[in-house]
Amino acid sequence: MRINKCLDSAARAVADIHDGASVMIGGFGEAGSPIELIHALIDQGAKDLTVISNNTGSGRVGLAALIAAGRVRKMICSYPRSANSTVFPELYRQGRIELELTPQGTLAERIRAGGAGIPAFYTAAAVGTVLATGKEVRRFDGREFVLEPGLRADFALVKAQRGDPYGNLVYHKTARNFGPIMCMAARITIVQVSELVAPGGLDPETVITPGIFVQRLVVVAQPAQESRLVKEGRSYP
Amino acid sequence: MKTAPAAAGWTREQMAQRAAADIPAGAYVNLGIGIPELVAQFTGVDAGVIFQTENGLLGMGPAPAPGHEDPELINAGKKAVTAIPGAAYFHHADSFAMIRGGHIDICVLGAMQVSAAGDLANWSTGEADAIPAVGGAMDLVAGVKRVFVLTEHTTKTGVPKIVSACTYPLTGRKVVDRIYTNLAVIQVTPAGLVVRELAPGISLEVLQQHTGAPLRLAATVPDNSPGAAS
Repeated sequence: MRINKCLDSAARAVADIHDGASVMIGGFGEAGSPIELIHALIDQGAKDLTVISNNTGSGRVGLAALIAAGRVRKMICSYPRSANSTVFPELYRQGRIELELTPQGTLAERIRAGGAGIPAFYTAAAVGTVLATGKEVRRFDGREFVLEPGLRADFALVKAQRGDPYGNLVYHKTARNFGPIMCMAARITIVQVSELVAPGGLDPETVITPGIFVQRLVVVAQPAQESRLVKEGRSYP
Repeated sequence: MKTAPAAAGWTREQMAQRAAADIPAGAYVNLGIGIPELVAQFTGVDAGVIFQTENGLLGMGPAPAPGHEDPELINAGKKAVTAIPGAAYFHHADSFAMIRGGHIDICVLGAMQVSAAGDLANWSTGEADAIPAVGGAMDLVAGVKRVFVLTEHTTKTGVPKIVSACTYPLTGRKVVDRIYTNLAVIQVTPAGLVVRELAPGISLEVLQQHTGAPLRLAATVPDNSPGAAS
């Protein structure tokens, strides 16, 4: 029987995410945020999660709703506040959520390295700043670099535009952002696509994420738009 | 810190225009959030300049017409933008390979403080209840070939942003090349801060009053001070 990674619901796709799991969640702001998969994870109930995502969501939907529900023990991110972002700042000030702040490029490379089987790498970003405190510093060609560990996760939740049953993916504009590297770095990568095509429906020359990096696929034909939900004052659940 | 009576100088648009004039044809440029975004009004694809935004777009164009926004086509400030013909999308690791790998020629960033040595502080006040958020600033200053700072010369209450040593947490050490403010254009050199240009009506004396580090005038720049030799 041929490989077919499609599942019939987001609920089934996230059913085995366990308490204490590390979960990468794609998106830069709302662009690329897999809001339906996040809502399914809220319904599923897993807690004590470590979430790796560039931001911390906005309003009380999507990632912000997962955090508001008290399911996230720790965030690894580069920019935990932005417009309409109140949930994380409140919990952080109350000491109820942990933060590992990472420069955005370092975060991206830690994920890429994790997915590529590279345990750590040196970068010049953050040298001489508080974010390099306690990290190994090494000199190459007269310049200082800090050692940063690669990142892997138990699960990744990613949004893509189009996929096929093998898990090959293409994305939409700047919603691509962290998707391709998170797909590589998780043991189980779960992707919501707006459109599913048959094998051969994607031009192999234009595939962005090769299917080997994807374990599960769910079709969400018309994903919600986070900023619209926030504007409407919606919250989840 | 000392404060001095307000001085006006250039408008924000004029500051952005002045910085844009120093971006050469052929440059790949990353613009920070805030006043730096205005630079795109004064240079761009017709001047041979391509804008990169770190969330995955090379060839960023202006904001779309109202009603034509795509929530999945945004800039680093999460505002709707457009893509020029010939643009390219890419993922975050590639984006920061462009930045960290020295492929971006210039970035234009805002600042809370810049030191005489070119240290930049632009991400945190370090206050206990502040939510720390760094984004891509540390990667940009570490990897981009030249770093321009575009900022008001002082805070809203008149406190100098250009200082001997930064008191806020640093974004990077010795990373700033040039500072564009409402009062002057200042070059960071190994011998200290050198004023390359003064805004109309601003003398070196007035500029120094609003600056927390020693300044000297480049040999080619006339002083606007009353009574100064012209």
